[in-house]
Amino acid sequence: MSAPLIEMRGITKSFGAVKANEAVDLSVAPGEILGLLGENGAGKTTLMNVLFGAYAPDAGEILIHGKPVRITSSADALAAGIGMVHQHFHLAPRLTVLENLLIGIPGKSGRIDRAGGLQRLAEIGRQHGLMLEPDLPVSSLSVGEQQRLEIVKALFRGARLLILDEPTAVLAPSEVDGLFSALRSMAAQGLGIIFISHKLNEVRALTHRCTVLRLGRVAGRVDDPANTTSSAMAQLMCGHEIVPPARGPSTPGEAVLTLDGISTSKHSGTALRGVSLAVRSGEILGIAGVSGNGQRALAEVISGVRAPDTGRMTISGQTVTRFSPREVQALGLGRIPEDRMTTGLVTNLPLADSMVLPRIGTAAFSSRGLLKPDAIRAFAEAQIKAYDIRCPGPMTRAGALSGGNLQKALLARELAFDPKVLIVSQPTRGLDIGAARFIHEKFLDMRAKGRGIIVIGEDLEELLVLCDRIAVMYEGRIVGTLNSADATIARLGLMMTGAEGHS
Amino acid sequence: MFRLEVRTSTPAWFNLALPLLAVAATLILCSGLIALAGAGVFESYGVMFTASLGDSYAITETLVRAAPMIFTGLAVAVAFRAKFWNIGGEGQLLAGAVASCFVGAIPMPGALAMLLMAVVGAAAGAAVALVPATLRVKFKVDDVVSSLLLNSVIYYALMALIEGPWKDSFSGYPISPPIEDLANFPVLIEGTRLHLGVVVALLAAPLIWFLIARTTLGFRIRVTGENPEAARYGGIHVERVLISTALLSGALAGLAGVGEVGGVHFQVMSDLSPGYGYSGIVVAMLARLNPLGVVPAAIFLAAVMTGAEAMSRATGVPAFLSDVIQGTALLAMLVALLFTAYRIRRVGAAS
Repeated sequence: MSAPLIEMRGITKSFGAVKANEAVDLSVAPGEILGLLGENGAGKTTLMNVLFGAYAPDAGEILIHGKPVRITSSADALAAGIGMVHQHFHLAPRLTVLENLLIGIPGKSGRIDRAGGLQRLAEIGRQHGLMLEPDLPVSSLSVGEQQRLEIVKALFRGARLLILDEPTAVLAPSEVDGLFSALRSMAAQGLGIIFISHKLNEVRALTHRCTVLRLGRVAGRVDDPANTTSSAMAQLMCGHEIVPPARGPSTPGEAVLTLDGISTSKHSGTALRGVSLAVRSGEILGIAGVSGNGQRALAEVISGVRAPDTGRMTISGQTVTRFSPREVQALGLGRIPEDRMTTGLVTNLPLADSMVLPRIGTAAFSSRGLLKPDAIRAFAEAQIKAYDIRCPGPMTRAGALSGGNLQKALLARELAFDPKVLIVSQPTRGLDIGAARFIHEKFLDMRAKGRGIIVIGEDLEELLVLCDRIAVMYEGRIVGTLNSADATIARLGLMMTGAEGHS
Repeated sequence: MFRLEVRTSTPAWFNLALPLLAVAATLILCSGLIALAGAGVFESYGVMFTASLGDSYAITETLVRAAPMIFTGLAVAVAFRAKFWNIGGEGQLLAGAVASCFVGAIPMPGALAMLLMAVVGAAAGAAVALVPATLRVKFKVDDVVSSLLLNSVIYYALMALIEGPWKDSFSGYPISPPIEDLANFPVLIEGTRLHLGVVVALLAAPLIWFLIARTTLGFRIRVTGENPEAARYGGIHVERVLISTALLSGALAGLAGVGEVGGVHFQVMSDLSPGYGYSGIVVAMLARLNPLGVVPAAIFLAAVMTGAEAMSRATGVPAFLSDVIQGTALLAMLVALLFTAYRIRRVGAAS
C-alpha cells in the first residue's frame, strides 16, 4: 500500500478529567475509504475535531504525506487539503449555490471569479455525479442537495482528504446510493475519505478498512469490513456481544388509535391524502417511506399540532379529530418527535424543564398556577436514574446532553405516564447500537403491556425487527400494509417508490 | 492567538460578575471622554457618586428616578423572556401616564383615585403593547419594528392632546391640567420626593420574579421564548402566551407612567419621560432578564442620570455623558453576555 495520505499518531486530548482521546493512531491512504466507528461518546468527533484544527491535542502528531504538520484552525486544515462535512451544515441559506462555494475564495483583483467558479462546479459535478444548479438559493435545496454542496465545497477548496460525520443520518435510502457512488468515484481518483457512521451495513458496503474507537482508545481495526459480520463489529464497539431484541408473539386487542380518511392541506411539506390506519393494543405498527412523503404531517395530525381538513381520528374509540396537543395527551397519547432539538426539548433550559414540559399544567407538577419545583426536580432525578441518562443532574442545560441521552430523556418523559399509544419518529437515528437496543427494549415492553405504538422510520431493518405490521407511505397516501412476516426489504423498498402493495 | 470556544455550562457566579464587569468596563471607557472634556476622571466620578448616593436625600432622589426604570426594566425582562421584542416601553409608559392623568383629574377619594389610576394606566400600557403582539401573532409582523414605531405614534398623540384639548388655557403652556391633590401619591419621608410608587416598584420586582420562576405562566413564557416549536408540541398555546406576555409587559411599562404622573409631575407634559422606556432595555439587559437584577440595574442607571447633572455643574463635563454611559453599558453588557456561551482560549502558542 502506498504511503499514507494522512496519519495521526498517539493523539491524546482531555477535557478536564475526561480523556476523550487516548493514544489514538489512525491513517488513511490515498484512494482509501476508512470507516471510523464507535458508540456515542467514544471520541470520534473529538478526534476529527483535532484533525480539523478545532482542538489542539495534548499529545501526538499529525503527518501529511509523511511530514509532520501543525493544524490549529480550520483554515490550516483546509490549506493542508482536509475537508470536513459536518452533521449540521455550514451554509448561508440566502446565498446561491455558487456564492456559497465562492465564500472566502479570493477572486481576481477584488472581483468574484464567477466564470471560473461555474467551470469548476461543472467539472466536479461531472467527475463524481455531484450535480448542482449554481444559481439556486441554498434555502431551496433539499437536505441531500445541501450535503452534496458541502462535499463539492470541500473539493472546490482542493481537499485531498474528506471527513464525513454521519452523512447518511439525514439522507433517504435512495440518496444514500448516490452519495456512495460519489464517494467511490472520489476514492478512485486518489482521495482519502473518513466515513463516520453508526450504520454497520453501510460501513460494510462502503469502506475498505475500519478503525473502531471505544472510550477514547482504539478498540480494534477491521481490515476487511465487507467480509466481517455486523455483530463482530458491534462487539468491538461495545466491548460485549449485542443480541437483537426478540419480538415474542402478542395478541393485539382493540384499536387504540384510528385514522379514517385523514387529509390535510398543503401547509408545509407533503399533505396527507385520505390516510386510514389503525394501531391496536399490544401492537407495533411501522410507517415506512422515504422521508418527505407525508410522515411529518401524519405525526403532526396525530399529535394534535395540525388539524386535518377531512377525516376522523379516534383514541380508544373517542373522536379526537380537532383536539389540541394537550387534549390528546390527556387521553393517553405519547409522542417522541423526529427532531429532538427543535420540537422535543428546550436546549437552553434545564433538562428538568424539558422533562415536565408536556405535563406542566397537571396536578403532578403544579397546582393553581404555581409550580411545584421539588416535584419537578424529583421527577427528573427519578427518570435520570431509571433510564441511566448520563448528565450531571436535572438542572443541566438540556442542550449539553448527547443525542442518545436526549432520546432517553424524551422516552422517559413520555413513558413515565404510561401512554396508551405512543407515536415515535426515527427513534434511533444517530444513536449507537447500545442506546438503540435500549430503546427497542422499551418499545417491546410497552407492547407486552398492551400499549399501541406507531414507529415512523426509514431504516427498514429496524422496522422489520420491531414491528408487527408495516404500512408504507408514498406521496401522502398509505400504499399498502404488510404483516412483517410477509415483508421483505425488497418488497417494502418497491412499495416506497409508489408501487401498490397487497395487505 | 485567542479563540472562542463553546461552553458546555455557565458558572452561577457569572450572573453577578458579568454585570459588574460590564459596569466597570463602561466607567473605564467613559473616563476617556471625561479626560477629553478636560476634567479629572476620579473627581468627576466622585461628584457623580456623591450627588447620587452620597447622602440620604441623594439616595431618595436616585430611587425616585429608578422607580420608572424598574417598571420599564421589568416590562422588557418579561417580554424578552418570551422573545416578544417589546421596544415600545416608552409609548406604553406615555399611554399609562395619559390614562392615569385623565382618571386622576376626576374628583374622588384619594385611595380610590390612586387605585384607579394604577388600573387604568396599566390597562392603557397593556392595550398599546397588544398592538404589536396581535400583529405578530396574526400576521407575522416584526414586533421590533411595530413596537418601536408605535412609540412615535403615542408621543405625537400625547402632544396633540396637550397642545389641543388639554392645553392650559390660562398660561398657554402645552401641559395637561393637574391631577386632584387627593390623588397625589403620598410622600413617605418628609422633605423628599420619595413617593408610594417607588415602594410599589421595589415590590413589583420580586413579584415578577416569582411569576416567571414559580408559576405555570412563567414556565410557559420561558419555554415559549426558548423554543416555540417544542412548546407547541408540548401542548402550550404559544400565541396565547405571547399575548399574555405582551399584556403583562405593557401593563408594567404603563405603571412606570402612572408613577411619574402620580408621584413626580402630577400632570402630563411633553418631557414627562427622558426615555425611561428605552432605558428599560438597558436595565433588563444588565439584569440578564432576571427581575431581581432589574432593581440594582435601574438604581445604577438612575445614579448615573442624577450624578451626571451634578458632575456637569461641578466640572463642566456635559451632562450628555449620562446617555453615553447608558449606551456604553448596554454594549459592554452585550459583549459580556458572549462569555456566558463562550470562553476564550489561548491557542497556537508553543505547546
